[in-house]
Amino acid sequence: MTTEVLLDCRQVTKRFGGLVAVNGVDFSVERGRIVSIIGPNGAGKTTLFNVISGFYRPDGGEIWFEGRRIDGLRPDQVAARGISRTFQNIRLFQNMTVLENILVGMHTRVRASAIQVLLRSRAFLDEERALVEEAFRLFRFIGLRANPNELARNLPYGEQRKVEFARALASKPKLILLDEPTAGMNPQEMAETTQLIRRLRDELGITVVLIEHQMRVVMGISERVTVLDYGEKIAEGPPAEVRRNPKVIEAYLGRGAALGSAD
Amino acid sequence: MTGQLRLIRLYRAVVYPLIQLTVWSAASLVIISAVTLALAVVFNRQVAGGLTLVDFVVRTLPQVAIDGLTIGFLYAMIALGYTMVYGVLQLINFAHSEIFMVGAFVGVEFMLLLNLPPDQPVQGLLLVILLTTLLGMAASGLLAVGIERVAYRPLRHAPRLVPLISAIGVSFFLQDTVRAIEGLVNNAFFRNYPSFPALNEPLTLASVTVAGEPVTVQMQAKIILIIVVSLVMLSGLNYLVNATRLGRAIRAVAQDQATAALMGVNVDRIIMLTFLIGGALGGATGVLFGIRVGRIDPYVGFIPGIKAFTAAVLGGIGNITGAMLGGLVLGVLEAFAGAYLSQFTGGAFGSEYKDIFAFAILIIILIFRPTGLLGEIVAQRA
Repeated sequence: MTTEVLLDCRQVTKRFGGLVAVNGVDFSVERGRIVSIIGPNGAGKTTLFNVISGFYRPDGGEIWFEGRRIDGLRPDQVAARGISRTFQNIRLFQNMTVLENILVGMHTRVRASAIQVLLRSRAFLDEERALVEEAFRLFRFIGLRANPNELARNLPYGEQRKVEFARALASKPKLILLDEPTAGMNPQEMAETTQLIRRLRDELGITVVLIEHQMRVVMGISERVTVLDYGEKIAEGPPAEVRRNPKVIEAYLGRGAALGSAD
Repeated sequence: MTGQLRLIRLYRAVVYPLIQLTVWSAASLVIISAVTLALAVVFNRQVAGGLTLVDFVVRTLPQVAIDGLTIGFLYAMIALGYTMVYGVLQLINFAHSEIFMVGAFVGVEFMLLLNLPPDQPVQGLLLVILLTTLLGMAASGLLAVGIERVAYRPLRHAPRLVPLISAIGVSFFLQDTVRAIEGLVNNAFFRNYPSFPALNEPLTLASVTVAGEPVTVQMQAKIILIIVVSLVMLSGLNYLVNATRLGRAIRAVAQDQATAALMGVNVDRIIMLTFLIGGALGGATGVLFGIRVGRIDPYVGFIPGIKAFTAAVLGGIGNITGAMLGGLVLGVLEAFAGAYLSQFTGGAFGSEYKDIFAFAILIIILIFRPTGLLGEIVAQRA
């Protein structure tokens, strides 16, 4: 496997008024990796995702993706470059059907021009049909059991998570950002999701960055872990190493615990 | 499997909303007619012309129903402009009534420019009116896009009241600009749509005998035209919003702008297109409205605008089918109140009270259904 850098965040800073949510963070991901970002609540993990995906404009630093700068681009432009994401709290289009949610996810890949759409041209109809078929392949890939014509809001929680996954995959991303993909899941579902994340990389070749609180998931699948605390990167490395890092233990459990474990 | 799915989607997107529209307009007509008839029976007495109240109602009912539907369709088309913009921006676009007015003016100037002799055959006139409508659509659509760019986009992240005030400002600006231009060029700020006998001639659609009384249903050609054009536009919009990729993007932006952007939807472009579509519908309505009433002035948008906004709220603001339904219900209520209020109250309330009556009904409905008739979507989002 080559060690080409896919995503490179250099000294990224994001402030909200007086609060520095992300402070000079260097964070890079090589193509084909599964890496995790961990850290206590409010450490700036989701903010970093929002900055990468173009939802926030960074106050300092640069973000490079496939050798091109992407900071300052609009979210839809970042998505078009091949970065896709899921959310900590499910954010499906609740009043659309499952299938429509996926088709919105494919929005960036549409080739047909407005004229072709209006004239219902052959090319447009073929494209539309191809997209629907691909949506069904995605459903099979993620093991969705729900009816594709059901409104998203009527689905049980676990199925909604899967639809969000499918929607994020619909744009054929090169990099996917998963924000707490196992939040609110039972151990069985968690194991399934872990398996799914591995398959994203192994079968679809997608590079994965995940924010995760479940240490079992983090330690189980990530090849590298980055730890944020108060907006700063305090540790980085293979999971086993990071787990033993006193700074990390301190951030999670307080100073006393760190001293105790150092003994 | 995908073929079957296409059918289901087509049904959901096109057939279902149309059925809904038909059922609702028929239902509101039937309910309001039944209530009117029942009241007539209860309060039956002699009215002017040697008729009893029941006779009077039976004779006039079909005509009033047609009037109600015509106004209702016009309100529905304007209401769509309000509701679509509200859907994507949560902004009440108070300038929409002026977008409508500008459409009416562009139409009248075009028709006056053509300077057609009044004795045109119907076919040629239909073509002219279609052309005028398209021109009004183009003008109003572009105007709406321009307003969004200049007056709303810079205020996208300001508190909600700020763009609202901006909208009111744009509204005054357009009224007085049109007034100034018309005043300078024509020395009068109102204009009259040319009148063509062929369009005004009443066509008898049906003539039946009810309880020994002859009842004829007549429609002017221009009214038929208005209803047909409205139906085509409403169906077209339904199709656009529910069955096309653009419509999918519009709905995605309306439901969750941030997520839509992260999924690759260019939000600014979708908002622009929403204004274009809403404005174009408003412009078409302006032309049709002008043809119906004849005389227009720069303030002609205000009352229909307020009523269409009301219709949008009545149907559930942000909900496209709701706006159509709200417009129909309001139009029918208004036509019935206008026709019967004076006879029913023995002249105590004249037909000029029709607006009060219609708005009182609106208030009552909103007390019991604050989200509007089809308003669950708003409740979901809020």
